Amino acid sequence: MSAPSELPNIVGFACQWCTYAGADLAGNLRAKYPPSIKLIKVPCSGRVEPEYILEALANGADGVLVGGCHFGDCHYKEGNYKTANRMMILKKLIEDSGFDSRRFRLEWISGAEGYKFAEVVKEFTEELQAIGPNPLKKGGN
Amino acid sequence: MAKVKTAFLLAGGCAGCEMSVVDLSEKLVDALEALEIVFWAPTVADVKYKDLEEMPDGSIDLAFVDGMIRNSENLHTVKVLRAKSKILVAFGACASLGGIAAMGDLHTKEELFKQAYKDSFSTDNPDGVYPTPEYLLDGKYNLTIPTFLDHCSTLAQVVDVDYFVGGCPPHPNFVGTLVGAILAGNLPEKGSWLTGGKAVCDVCKRNPAITGHQRLPVTDIKRTVDGQPDPEACLLQQGYMCFGPITQGDCGGSCLNVNIPCRGCGGPIPGIQDYGARAVSAIASSLADEATTAKFMEKFNNMAKLFYRYSHTASKFNHRVSELKEKEA
Repeated sequence: MSAPSELPNIVGFACQWCTYAGADLAGNLRAKYPPSIKLIKVPCSGRVEPEYILEALANGADGVLVGGCHFGDCHYKEGNYKTANRMMILKKLIEDSGFDSRRFRLEWISGAEGYKFAEVVKEFTEELQAIGPNPLKKGGN
Repeated sequence: MAKVKTAFLLAGGCAGCEMSVVDLSEKLVDALEALEIVFWAPTVADVKYKDLEEMPDGSIDLAFVDGMIRNSENLHTVKVLRAKSKILVAFGACASLGGIAAMGDLHTKEELFKQAYKDSFSTDNPDGVYPTPEYLLDGKYNLTIPTFLDHCSTLAQVVDVDYFVGGCPPHPNFVGTLVGAILAGNLPEKGSWLTGGKAVCDVCKRNPAITGHQRLPVTDIKRTVDGQPDPEACLLQQGYMCFGPITQGDCGGSCLNVNIPCRGCGGPIPGIQDYGARAVSAIASSLADEATTAKFMEKFNNMAKLFYRYSHTASKFNHRVSELKEKEA
Protein backbone atom coordinates (compact mmCIF):
# COMPACT_ATOMS: atom_id res chain seq x y z
CA MET A 1 0.00 0.00 0.00
CA SER A 2 1.38 3.39 -0.94
CA ALA A 3 1.42 6.50 1.26
CA PRO A 4 -1.98 8.23 1.60
CA SER A 5 -0.72 11.27 -0.30
CA GLU A 6 -0.30 9.13 -3.39
CA LEU A 7 -3.78 7.70 -3.11
CA PRO A 8 -5.97 8.59 -6.03
CA ASN A 9 -9.13 10.53 -5.37
CA ILE A 10 -12.12 8.53 -6.60
CA VAL A 11 -15.64 9.90 -6.71
CA GLY A 12 -18.15 7.08 -6.42
CA PHE A 13 -21.82 7.29 -7.29
CA ALA A 14 -23.58 4.38 -5.64
CA CYS A 15 -27.17 3.30 -6.07
CA GLN A 16 -28.79 3.16 -2.64
CA TRP A 17 -30.39 -0.23 -3.22
CA CYS A 18 -27.40 -2.21 -4.39
CA THR A 19 -23.91 -0.74 -4.51
CA TYR A 20 -24.33 1.46 -1.44
CA ALA A 21 -25.66 -1.53 0.46
CA GLY A 22 -22.73 -3.51 -0.94
CA ALA A 23 -20.34 -0.90 0.45
CA ASP A 24 -22.08 -1.16 3.82
CA LEU A 25 -21.68 -4.90 3.74
CA ALA A 26 -17.99 -4.54 2.88
CA GLY A 27 -17.66 -2.65 6.16
CA ASN A 28 -19.58 -5.26 8.13
CA LEU A 29 -17.46 -8.01 6.59
CA ARG A 30 -14.31 -6.08 7.55
CA ALA A 31 -13.26 -6.32 3.90
CA LYS A 32 -10.12 -4.28 3.34
CA TYR A 33 -9.91 -1.69 0.57
CA PRO A 34 -7.95 1.56 0.20
CA PRO A 35 -9.59 4.76 1.56
CA SER A 36 -9.51 6.33 -1.89
CA ILE A 37 -13.22 6.47 -2.69
CA LYS A 38 -15.71 9.15 -1.69
CA LEU A 39 -19.13 7.58 -2.05
CA ILE A 40 -22.20 9.58 -2.98
CA LYS A 41 -25.50 7.84 -2.42
CA VAL A 42 -27.97 8.25 -5.27
CA PRO A 43 -31.49 6.81 -5.55
CA CYS A 44 -30.59 4.86 -8.68
CA SER A 45 -27.61 4.59 -11.04
CA GLY A 46 -30.06 5.93 -13.64
CA ARG A 47 -30.05 9.19 -11.66
CA VAL A 48 -26.36 9.76 -12.37
CA GLU A 49 -26.20 12.37 -15.08
CA PRO A 50 -23.20 12.12 -17.41
CA GLU A 51 -22.77 15.80 -16.48
CA TYR A 52 -21.81 14.83 -12.91
CA ILE A 53 -19.09 12.53 -14.16
CA LEU A 54 -17.57 15.10 -16.52
CA GLU A 55 -17.81 17.74 -13.78
CA ALA A 56 -15.92 15.47 -11.35
CA LEU A 57 -13.21 14.75 -13.91
CA ALA A 58 -12.95 18.42 -14.93
CA ASN A 59 -12.46 19.34 -11.28
CA GLY A 60 -9.58 16.91 -10.93
CA ALA A 61 -11.06 13.65 -9.62
CA ASP A 62 -8.59 10.89 -10.53
CA GLY A 63 -11.37 8.46 -11.17
CA VAL A 64 -15.14 8.18 -11.18
CA LEU A 65 -16.94 4.96 -10.30
CA VAL A 66 -20.63 4.47 -10.96
CA GLY A 67 -22.18 1.49 -9.22
CA GLY A 68 -25.62 0.10 -9.92
CA CYS A 69 -27.71 -3.06 -9.56
CA HIS A 70 -27.31 -6.09 -11.80
CA PHE A 71 -29.71 -6.30 -14.73
CA GLY A 72 -33.13 -7.41 -13.57
CA ASP A 73 -32.46 -6.18 -10.02
CA CYS A 74 -33.24 -2.48 -10.48
CA HIS A 75 -35.60 -1.20 -7.83
CA TYR A 76 -37.14 1.00 -10.51
CA LYS A 77 -37.22 -1.84 -13.05
CA GLU A 78 -35.21 -0.27 -15.87
CA GLY A 79 -33.00 2.48 -14.41
CA ASN A 80 -29.82 0.45 -14.78
CA TYR A 81 -30.58 -0.43 -18.40
CA LYS A 82 -30.65 3.28 -19.18
CA THR A 83 -27.43 3.71 -17.18
CA ALA A 84 -25.78 0.98 -19.24
CA ASN A 85 -26.65 2.75 -22.51
CA ARG A 86 -25.59 6.16 -21.22
CA MET A 87 -22.31 5.08 -19.71
CA MET A 88 -21.34 3.08 -22.78
CA ILE A 89 -21.73 6.22 -24.90
CA LEU A 90 -20.16 8.45 -22.26
CA LYS A 91 -17.04 6.28 -22.07
CA LYS A 92 -16.53 6.66 -25.82
CA LEU A 93 -17.29 10.38 -25.58
CA ILE A 94 -14.60 10.84 -22.93
CA GLU A 95 -12.13 8.97 -25.10
CA ASP A 96 -13.09 10.92 -28.23
CA SER A 97 -12.68 14.16 -26.27
CA GLY A 98 -9.01 13.30 -25.85
CA PHE A 99 -9.11 12.11 -22.25
CA ASP A 100 -8.14 8.76 -20.69
CA SER A 101 -11.45 6.91 -20.37
CA ARG A 102 -9.93 4.39 -17.94
CA ARG A 103 -10.60 7.03 -15.30
CA PHE A 104 -14.27 6.27 -15.56
CA ARG A 105 -15.72 2.93 -14.60
CA LEU A 106 -19.19 1.40 -14.39
CA GLU A 107 -19.74 -1.66 -12.19
CA TRP A 108 -22.77 -3.68 -11.19
CA ILE A 109 -22.46 -4.50 -7.49
CA SER A 110 -25.38 -5.94 -5.56
CA GLY A 111 -26.16 -5.50 -1.88
CA ALA A 112 -24.77 -8.99 -1.24
CA GLU A 113 -21.44 -8.35 -2.92
CA GLY A 114 -19.47 -6.64 -0.16
CA TYR A 115 -16.26 -8.39 -1.14
CA LYS A 116 -16.78 -7.47 -4.78
CA PHE A 117 -17.14 -3.79 -3.80
CA ALA A 118 -13.86 -3.93 -1.88
CA GLU A 119 -12.18 -5.75 -4.77
CA VAL A 120 -13.42 -3.22 -7.37
CA VAL A 121 -12.23 -0.24 -5.34
CA LYS A 122 -8.86 -1.88 -4.72
CA GLU A 123 -8.37 -2.75 -8.35
CA PHE A 124 -9.53 0.67 -9.60
CA THR A 125 -7.23 2.39 -7.10
CA GLU A 126 -4.26 0.36 -8.30
CA GLU A 127 -5.09 1.06 -11.93
CA LEU A 128 -5.34 4.80 -11.25
CA GLN A 129 -2.05 4.73 -9.33
CA ALA A 130 -0.45 3.22 -12.41
CA ILE A 131 -1.98 5.90 -14.69
CA GLY A 132 -0.96 8.74 -12.36
CA PRO A 133 -2.87 11.82 -11.24
CA ASN A 134 -5.58 13.47 -13.33
CA PRO A 135 -3.83 16.02 -15.60
CA LEU A 136 -6.82 18.36 -15.24
CA LYS A 137 -6.12 18.80 -11.54
CA LYS A 138 -5.23 22.37 -10.68
CA GLY A 139 -3.37 22.60 -7.36
CA GLY A 140 -4.85 21.79 -3.95
CA ASN A 141 -7.89 19.59 -3.89
CA MET B 1 -35.82 59.65 -26.52
CA ALA B 2 -32.09 59.09 -26.97
CA LYS B 3 -31.22 56.39 -29.43
CA VAL B 4 -29.75 53.12 -28.17
CA LYS B 5 -26.07 53.13 -29.06
CA THR B 6 -25.43 49.73 -30.55
CA ALA B 7 -22.30 47.85 -31.60
CA PHE B 8 -21.66 44.60 -33.42
CA LEU B 9 -18.34 42.81 -33.37
CA LEU B 10 -17.41 39.77 -35.39
CA ALA B 11 -14.90 37.68 -33.43
CA GLY B 12 -13.90 34.21 -34.66
CA GLY B 13 -17.10 33.52 -36.55
CA CYS B 14 -18.32 33.32 -40.12
CA ALA B 15 -20.50 36.50 -40.11
CA GLY B 16 -23.62 34.35 -40.53
CA CYS B 17 -25.11 35.87 -37.36
CA GLU B 18 -24.69 39.31 -38.91
CA MET B 19 -26.29 38.11 -42.12
CA SER B 20 -29.21 37.12 -39.98
CA VAL B 21 -29.47 40.68 -38.60
CA VAL B 22 -29.15 42.16 -42.08
CA ASP B 23 -31.94 39.80 -43.14
CA LEU B 24 -34.28 41.99 -41.12
CA SER B 25 -33.99 44.29 -44.20
CA GLU B 26 -36.72 46.98 -44.01
CA LYS B 27 -37.31 46.22 -40.36
CA LEU B 28 -33.67 47.03 -39.69
CA VAL B 29 -34.11 50.38 -41.44
CA ASP B 30 -37.17 51.07 -39.26
CA ALA B 31 -35.23 50.00 -36.18
CA LEU B 32 -32.66 52.68 -36.91
CA GLU B 33 -35.26 55.13 -35.55
CA ALA B 34 -34.41 53.73 -32.15
CA LEU B 35 -30.88 52.51 -32.78
CA GLU B 36 -27.66 54.27 -33.50
CA ILE B 37 -25.00 51.96 -34.87
CA VAL B 38 -21.76 53.27 -33.40
CA PHE B 39 -19.59 50.31 -34.31
CA TRP B 40 -20.04 47.35 -36.62
CA ALA B 41 -16.74 45.81 -37.59
CA PRO B 42 -15.08 44.34 -39.45
CA THR B 43 -18.09 43.58 -41.64
CA VAL B 44 -20.57 46.43 -42.09
CA ALA B 45 -19.63 49.93 -40.93
CA ASP B 46 -16.52 51.84 -41.89
CA VAL B 47 -14.98 52.05 -38.43
CA LYS B 48 -11.60 50.93 -37.18
CA TYR B 49 -10.65 49.17 -33.97
CA LYS B 50 -8.75 52.34 -33.11
CA ASP B 51 -12.08 54.26 -33.13
CA LEU B 52 -13.51 51.74 -30.66
CA GLU B 53 -10.46 52.06 -28.41
CA GLU B 54 -10.93 55.84 -28.33
CA MET B 55 -14.57 55.70 -27.20
CA PRO B 56 -15.17 56.48 -23.51
CA ASP B 57 -15.75 53.46 -21.24
CA GLY B 58 -19.40 52.47 -20.91
CA SER B 59 -20.47 54.68 -23.81
CA ILE B 60 -22.11 51.87 -25.83
CA ASP B 61 -25.54 50.83 -24.60
CA LEU B 62 -25.79 47.45 -26.29
CA ALA B 63 -23.03 45.39 -27.88
CA PHE B 64 -23.33 42.10 -29.71
CA VAL B 65 -20.43 39.73 -30.26
CA ASP B 66 -20.71 36.87 -32.71
CA GLY B 67 -17.98 34.27 -33.09
CA MET B 68 -15.75 32.53 -30.56
CA ILE B 69 -12.34 33.63 -29.29
CA ARG B 70 -9.92 31.98 -31.69
CA ASN B 71 -6.96 34.36 -32.01
CA SER B 72 -5.24 37.22 -30.22
CA GLU B 73 -7.23 39.81 -32.19
CA ASN B 74 -10.57 38.35 -30.98
CA LEU B 75 -9.29 38.31 -27.42
CA HIS B 76 -8.14 41.92 -27.55
CA THR B 77 -11.19 43.39 -29.28
CA VAL B 78 -13.78 41.70 -27.05
CA LYS B 79 -11.94 42.97 -23.98
CA VAL B 80 -11.99 46.50 -25.39
CA LEU B 81 -15.65 46.19 -26.36
CA ARG B 82 -16.53 44.88 -22.88
CA ALA B 83 -15.03 47.98 -21.30
CA LYS B 84 -16.89 50.30 -23.66
CA SER B 85 -20.29 48.61 -23.32
CA LYS B 86 -23.04 48.67 -20.73
CA ILE B 87 -24.60 45.44 -22.01
CA LEU B 88 -22.64 42.74 -23.80
CA VAL B 89 -24.49 39.96 -25.58
CA ALA B 90 -22.99 36.68 -26.75
CA PHE B 91 -24.90 36.47 -30.00
CA GLY B 92 -25.21 33.05 -31.56
CA ALA B 93 -23.81 29.59 -30.99
CA CYS B 94 -20.11 30.45 -31.42
CA ALA B 95 -20.02 33.32 -28.95
CA SER B 96 -22.13 31.56 -26.35
CA LEU B 97 -21.09 27.90 -26.78
CA GLY B 98 -18.07 27.68 -29.07
CA GLY B 99 -19.82 26.76 -32.30
CA ILE B 100 -18.72 24.56 -35.17
CA ALA B 101 -15.13 25.81 -35.36
CA ALA B 102 -14.60 24.97 -31.68
CA MET B 103 -14.43 21.32 -32.68
CA GLY B 104 -10.96 22.28 -33.86
CA ASP B 105 -10.03 21.94 -30.20
CA LEU B 106 -10.22 18.19 -30.67
CA HIS B 107 -7.08 18.53 -32.78
CA THR B 108 -3.67 20.05 -32.16
CA LYS B 109 -2.63 23.33 -33.73
CA GLU B 110 -0.20 21.40 -35.93
CA GLU B 111 -2.98 19.13 -37.24
CA LEU B 112 -5.20 22.12 -38.00
CA PHE B 113 -2.46 24.03 -39.80
CA LYS B 114 -1.41 20.97 -41.75
CA GLN B 115 -4.98 20.39 -42.91
CA ALA B 116 -5.65 24.04 -43.74
CA TYR B 117 -2.33 25.01 -45.34
CA LYS B 118 -0.97 21.75 -46.75
CA ASP B 119 -3.36 18.84 -47.11
CA SER B 120 -6.70 20.27 -48.22
CA PHE B 121 -7.23 19.55 -51.93
CA SER B 122 -7.70 23.21 -52.88
CA THR B 123 -4.41 24.29 -51.31
CA ASP B 124 -1.45 25.11 -53.51
CA ASN B 125 1.48 25.46 -51.14
CA PRO B 126 4.51 23.60 -52.54
CA ASP B 127 6.95 25.20 -50.08
CA GLY B 128 4.77 24.25 -47.10
CA VAL B 129 4.65 27.82 -45.77
CA TYR B 130 2.61 28.39 -42.63
CA PRO B 131 1.32 31.81 -41.59
CA THR B 132 3.49 33.40 -38.91
CA PRO B 133 2.46 36.22 -36.58
CA GLU B 134 5.28 38.38 -37.96
CA TYR B 135 6.72 38.60 -41.46
CA LEU B 136 9.27 40.86 -42.99
CA LEU B 137 8.18 41.66 -46.55
CA ASP B 138 10.83 42.66 -49.09
CA GLY B 139 13.25 43.05 -46.22
CA LYS B 140 11.68 46.29 -45.01
CA TYR B 141 7.93 45.98 -44.30
CA ASN B 142 7.29 44.33 -40.96
CA LEU B 143 3.83 42.76 -41.24
CA THR B 144 1.98 41.31 -38.28
CA ILE B 145 -1.16 39.20 -38.11
CA PRO B 146 -3.01 37.97 -35.03
CA THR B 147 -1.63 34.92 -33.23
CA PHE B 148 -3.62 31.70 -33.39
CA LEU B 149 -4.38 30.80 -29.76
CA ASP B 150 -3.76 27.31 -28.37
CA HIS B 151 -7.46 26.70 -27.88
CA CYS B 152 -10.86 28.32 -28.40
CA SER B 153 -12.87 30.08 -25.74
CA THR B 154 -16.45 31.20 -25.56
CA LEU B 155 -17.09 34.88 -24.90
CA ALA B 156 -18.02 34.20 -21.26
CA GLN B 157 -14.73 32.36 -20.68
CA VAL B 158 -12.76 35.57 -21.31
CA VAL B 159 -15.05 38.47 -20.34
CA ASP B 160 -18.19 39.14 -18.33
CA VAL B 161 -21.28 38.50 -20.47
CA ASP B 162 -24.75 39.94 -19.80
CA TYR B 163 -26.93 37.83 -22.08
CA PHE B 164 -26.64 34.75 -24.22
CA VAL B 165 -28.42 34.02 -27.46
CA GLY B 166 -28.23 30.62 -29.12
CA GLY B 167 -28.71 29.62 -32.72
CA CYS B 168 -26.55 29.20 -35.78
CA PRO B 169 -27.54 31.79 -36.80
CA PRO B 170 -29.80 33.24 -34.10
CA HIS B 171 -33.16 34.65 -35.01
CA PRO B 172 -32.77 38.41 -35.57
CA ASN B 173 -35.87 39.07 -33.45
CA PHE B 174 -33.62 38.82 -30.39
CA VAL B 175 -32.01 42.12 -31.40
CA GLY B 176 -35.45 43.77 -31.47
CA THR B 177 -36.38 42.14 -28.15
CA LEU B 178 -33.32 43.55 -26.41
CA VAL B 179 -33.66 47.02 -27.89
CA GLY B 180 -37.31 47.05 -26.80
CA ALA B 181 -36.35 45.88 -23.31
CA ILE B 182 -33.71 48.61 -22.97
CA LEU B 183 -36.12 51.31 -24.14
CA ALA B 184 -38.76 50.02 -21.72
CA GLY B 185 -36.17 49.68 -18.93
CA ASN B 186 -37.28 46.10 -18.45
CA LEU B 187 -34.16 43.99 -18.92
CA PRO B 188 -34.04 40.28 -18.09
CA GLU B 189 -31.77 39.07 -15.31
CA LYS B 190 -28.07 39.40 -16.07
CA GLY B 191 -26.37 36.22 -17.22
CA SER B 192 -29.54 34.69 -18.61
CA TRP B 193 -30.22 33.20 -22.00
CA LEU B 194 -32.72 35.02 -24.15
CA THR B 195 -35.08 32.21 -24.91
CA GLY B 196 -38.69 31.23 -24.75
CA GLY B 197 -37.49 28.37 -22.54
CA LYS B 198 -39.18 25.70 -24.64
CA ALA B 199 -37.41 22.74 -26.16
CA VAL B 200 -37.38 22.07 -29.89
CA CYS B 201 -39.70 19.10 -29.27
CA ASP B 202 -42.15 21.50 -27.69
CA VAL B 203 -42.50 23.45 -30.92
CA CYS B 204 -42.06 20.50 -33.28
CA LYS B 205 -45.20 19.37 -35.05
CA ARG B 206 -43.87 15.80 -35.22
CA ASN B 207 -43.90 15.42 -31.43
CA PRO B 208 -45.68 12.12 -30.64
CA ALA B 209 -47.55 13.96 -27.88
CA ILE B 210 -49.11 16.18 -30.54
CA THR B 211 -49.58 13.57 -33.26
CA GLY B 212 -51.19 11.24 -30.70
CA HIS B 213 -48.64 8.44 -31.02
CA GLN B 214 -47.04 6.51 -28.22
CA ARG B 215 -43.33 7.11 -27.67
CA LEU B 216 -41.52 3.80 -28.03
CA PRO B 217 -37.88 2.78 -27.49
CA VAL B 218 -35.78 3.45 -30.56
CA THR B 219 -34.61 0.25 -32.23
CA ASP B 220 -33.15 1.54 -35.48
CA ILE B 221 -30.22 3.86 -36.08
CA LYS B 222 -30.06 5.97 -39.20
CA ARG B 223 -27.89 8.81 -40.41
CA THR B 224 -29.45 11.59 -42.46
CA VAL B 225 -28.06 9.98 -45.63
CA ASP B 226 -29.98 6.76 -44.94
CA GLY B 227 -33.24 6.97 -46.85
CA GLN B 228 -35.96 9.56 -46.70
CA PRO B 229 -37.56 10.15 -43.29
CA ASP B 230 -41.32 10.21 -42.90
CA PRO B 231 -42.06 13.97 -42.83
CA GLU B 232 -44.89 13.58 -40.29
CA ALA B 233 -43.35 11.26 -37.69
CA CYS B 234 -40.83 12.02 -34.92
CA LEU B 235 -37.31 11.72 -36.33
CA LEU B 236 -35.84 10.24 -33.16
CA GLN B 237 -38.55 7.62 -33.21
CA GLN B 238 -37.57 6.75 -36.78
CA GLY B 239 -33.94 6.34 -35.73
CA TYR B 240 -32.58 9.69 -36.88
CA MET B 241 -30.67 10.99 -33.87
CA CYS B 242 -32.32 14.31 -33.01
CA PHE B 243 -31.29 16.59 -30.12
CA GLY B 244 -34.67 18.32 -29.98
CA PRO B 245 -35.43 17.19 -26.40
CA ILE B 246 -32.65 19.29 -24.87
CA THR B 247 -32.27 22.19 -27.31
CA GLN B 248 -33.90 25.60 -27.08
CA GLY B 249 -36.76 25.78 -29.53
CA ASP B 250 -36.69 29.47 -30.40
CA CYS B 251 -36.01 28.40 -33.99
CA GLY B 252 -39.54 27.02 -34.23
CA GLY B 253 -38.06 23.66 -35.21
CA SER B 254 -36.98 24.97 -38.58
CA CYS B 255 -34.62 22.06 -39.35
CA LEU B 256 -37.33 19.56 -38.41
CA ASN B 257 -39.65 21.30 -40.85
CA VAL B 258 -37.30 20.32 -43.67
CA ASN B 259 -36.70 16.74 -42.49
CA ILE B 260 -33.34 17.38 -40.82
CA PRO B 261 -32.75 16.28 -37.22
CA CYS B 262 -31.79 18.90 -34.60
CA ARG B 263 -28.06 19.16 -33.87
CA GLY B 264 -28.35 21.57 -30.99
CA CYS B 265 -27.31 24.97 -32.35
CA GLY B 266 -29.96 26.67 -30.21
CA GLY B 267 -28.06 25.83 -27.04
CA PRO B 268 -29.20 23.98 -23.93
CA ILE B 269 -32.66 24.43 -22.47
CA PRO B 270 -32.61 26.04 -19.00
CA GLY B 271 -31.11 23.89 -16.26
CA ILE B 272 -28.42 22.22 -18.33
CA GLN B 273 -24.76 22.95 -17.63
CA ASP B 274 -23.10 20.66 -20.12
CA TYR B 275 -25.00 20.27 -23.38
CA GLY B 276 -23.21 17.24 -24.77
CA ALA B 277 -23.38 15.22 -21.56
CA ARG B 278 -27.10 15.85 -21.27
CA ALA B 279 -27.53 14.97 -24.92
CA VAL B 280 -25.85 11.63 -24.20
CA SER B 281 -28.33 11.14 -21.41
CA ALA B 282 -31.35 11.98 -23.55
CA ILE B 283 -30.33 9.96 -26.60
CA ALA B 284 -29.07 6.93 -24.67
CA SER B 285 -32.23 6.58 -22.64
CA SER B 286 -34.39 6.56 -25.75
CA LEU B 287 -32.40 3.69 -27.30
CA ALA B 288 -34.01 0.30 -26.79
CA ASP B 289 -31.10 -1.82 -25.63
CA GLU B 290 -27.34 -2.25 -25.55
CA ALA B 291 -27.30 -3.72 -29.05
CA THR B 292 -28.94 -0.56 -30.44
CA THR B 293 -26.47 1.55 -28.47
CA ALA B 294 -23.58 -0.40 -29.94
CA LYS B 295 -25.02 0.11 -33.42
CA PHE B 296 -25.37 3.83 -32.71
CA MET B 297 -21.73 4.10 -31.67
CA GLU B 298 -20.66 2.25 -34.77
CA LYS B 299 -22.70 4.46 -37.14
CA PHE B 300 -21.61 7.74 -35.57
CA ASN B 301 -17.91 7.25 -35.16
CA ASN B 302 -16.97 10.31 -33.12
CA MET B 303 -19.15 10.91 -30.06
CA ALA B 304 -17.42 14.16 -29.08
CA LYS B 305 -18.06 15.74 -32.48
CA LEU B 306 -21.65 14.53 -32.58
CA PHE B 307 -22.80 15.55 -29.12
CA TYR B 308 -20.74 18.73 -28.88
CA ARG B 309 -21.25 19.93 -32.42
CA TYR B 310 -22.06 23.48 -31.33
CA SER B 311 -21.07 23.48 -27.68
CA HIS B 312 -17.61 21.94 -27.35
CA THR B 313 -15.91 24.89 -25.70
CA ALA B 314 -18.74 25.71 -23.30
CA SER B 315 -18.26 22.35 -21.58
CA LYS B 316 -15.91 22.82 -18.63
CA PHE B 317 -14.49 19.34 -19.14
CA ASN B 318 -13.72 19.89 -22.82
CA HIS B 319 -12.27 23.32 -22.16
CA ARG B 320 -9.90 21.95 -19.53
CA VAL B 321 -8.87 19.05 -21.77
CA SER B 322 -8.20 21.41 -24.67
CA GLU B 323 -6.10 23.68 -22.44
CA LEU B 324 -3.78 20.71 -21.99
CA LYS B 325 -3.57 19.49 -25.56
CA GLU B 326 -0.81 21.82 -26.76
CA LYS B 327 1.31 21.05 -23.71
CA GLU B 328 1.10 17.35 -24.46
CA ALA B 329 1.56 17.68 -28.23
